[in-house]
Amino acid sequence: MVHFSAEEKTAVTSLWGKVNVEEAGGEALGRLLVVYPWTQRFFDNFGNLSSASAIMGNPKVKAHGKKVLTSFGDAIKNMDNLKGAFAKLSELHCDKLHVDPENFRLLGNVLVIILASHFGKEFTPSVQAAWQKLVAGVATALAHKYH
Amino acid sequence: MVHFTAEEKVAVVSLWAKVNVELVGGEVLGRLLVVYPWTQRFFDSFGNLSSESAIMGNPKVKAHGKKVLSSFGNAVKHMDDLKDTFAELSELHCDKLHVDPENFKLLGNMISIVLATHFSKEFTPHMQAAWQKLTTAVANALAHKYH
Repeated sequence: MVHFSAEEKTAVTSLWGKVNVEEAGGEALGRLLVVYPWTQRFFDNFGNLSSASAIMGNPKVKAHGKKVLTSFGDAIKNMDNLKGAFAKLSELHCDKLHVDPENFRLLGNVLVIILASHFGKEFTPSVQAAWQKLVAGVATALAHKYH
Repeated sequence: MVHFTAEEKVAVVSLWAKVNVELVGGEVLGRLLVVYPWTQRFFDSFGNLSSESAIMGNPKVKAHGKKVLSSFGNAVKHMDDLKDTFAELSELHCDKLHVDPENFKLLGNMISIVLATHFSKEFTPHMQAAWQKLTTAVANALAHKYH
């Protein structure tokens, strides 16, 4: 089980307190679809994903991005028990959504980049390290129930 | 061989022109050593790497970071011929430096993240996609001569 130090938890929660989940969520999902275009296969019914601007402006992308990032907020409240917190979502992504777990790492990467672009210098090396540890922990937790 | 579109080349080159190679290079290498501490093993002779501030302020880290990123500047000038451009460096990293090629991907991630902190909204999804394509291709080119 991954262990977060007190400093790492502070780094994560203090930054999270300033995140606009709706905006960041839409941006994270949008960038995933732009930067890793094969991920669009999971969102057939989202309408127009034909260009970067279509994707970033797509209301379904924004709505779903908000949903995904809100769920990420749960991770932050349960940093000591990520596997437990994400057990059901892990089963869902395996059994119903059929998502290759590698994509969780890609989304984690995109989230880190968005935080970097939003927070600039405030996204210090140690804040970055804590966040990268968290997104890796979440990706692992989401893959945990795969069979 | 990886192919870059005209738009991707423009995205990369235009951002690169605004990069302070000395500043960004030091930051990229510093963050690599903070976020992925095992990479410190390649830099035994660099002196004090005992904390985030020691690493980020370490003059050898800054100097070497500048060297590494300057070499990356070569990639930007030779986007159509990365494997040849990095052939010698690939042999060096395999035969003399014994660096696991996975670390090239980690450094590539750091470059994207530091660019995001510096350029913020200007680091658009399209820019990010082009840069991630480049850093991946450079990582592959650097691994190409491994045996």
